[in-house]
Amino acid sequence: MIPVTWYLILAACLFSIGVYGFLTRRNIILMLLSIELMLNAVNLNLVSMSHYIQGLRGQVLTFFIIAVAAAEAAIGLGILIGLYRNHKTLHADKMTILKG
Amino acid sequence: MITLQQAIFAYLAIAILGLSAAAVNLRNPVHSVLLVLLMFFHMAGMYLTLNAEFLAAVQIIVYAGAILVLYLFVVFLVDLNLELRIERFVRNHATGTVITIGVLTVLTAAAISFVPAPPGHWSIEMIREITHTRAIGAEIFSNYLLPFEITGVILLIAVVGAMVIARKDKNEKREVTRS
Repeated sequence: MIPVTWYLILAACLFSIGVYGFLTRRNIILMLLSIELMLNAVNLNLVSMSHYIQGLRGQVLTFFIIAVAAAEAAIGLGILIGLYRNHKTLHADKMTILKG
Repeated sequence: MITLQQAIFAYLAIAILGLSAAAVNLRNPVHSVLLVLLMFFHMAGMYLTLNAEFLAAVQIIVYAGAILVLYLFVVFLVDLNLELRIERFVRNHATGTVITIGVLTVLTAAAISFVPAPPGHWSIEMIREITHTRAIGAEIFSNYLLPFEITGVILLIAVVGAMVIARKDKNEKREVTRS
């Protein structure tokens, strides 16, 4: 029997990798991909907890999170295509219009 | 003594962490997306060790089958020759590293001090008896019916929104040349 803490620590490490990728990469596609990593860490957390406390609430929530993640990916990538069409760049530090 | 269960967990955990760490560090975006695809398969295996077969199937169908393919299409926007030559991290990535270490510390501390709630009524034997898909379906379509409907509306909005945003404007052919 694997203790639930192992799963939680694994999810924490995965979430941190996602945070690192989101904060340091220049490419916006990689930033969105890091968000997917973070969402997966949260899903792992919910599934392991719901397994160990013998409820199904966490797994139902994971089901909804996966659906919303699909919506988020579609919208985010759509915005990205529009952004690329207007600015011809996909690097986050090149988009400095708000700086004036 | 390492049991089989622990060995499988160790393999999956090392694969998940290694693949995702490589994915955020690699220079080529196509390689990153493919590594994340592999990571999603290992995550589905992790769900199987937690007796969540239905979620493992959904993970493979939705994440690996739909979302990652969408990412691969968008990666074709990137000028790969340029991307392989220029700097891949932002200039002040020391700040990001510090924030990451802080997040990791806080989350690990929270994970260690986790105390499980009193167990609910969906024990493993009960789920095995009526199968996991049926159990989760019974839960969704009784207690979580309204969130399920709202999820459908959210998906509809996402489909319409993505089409509206990514569509080409026909009446104005403007060339925005902001540097």
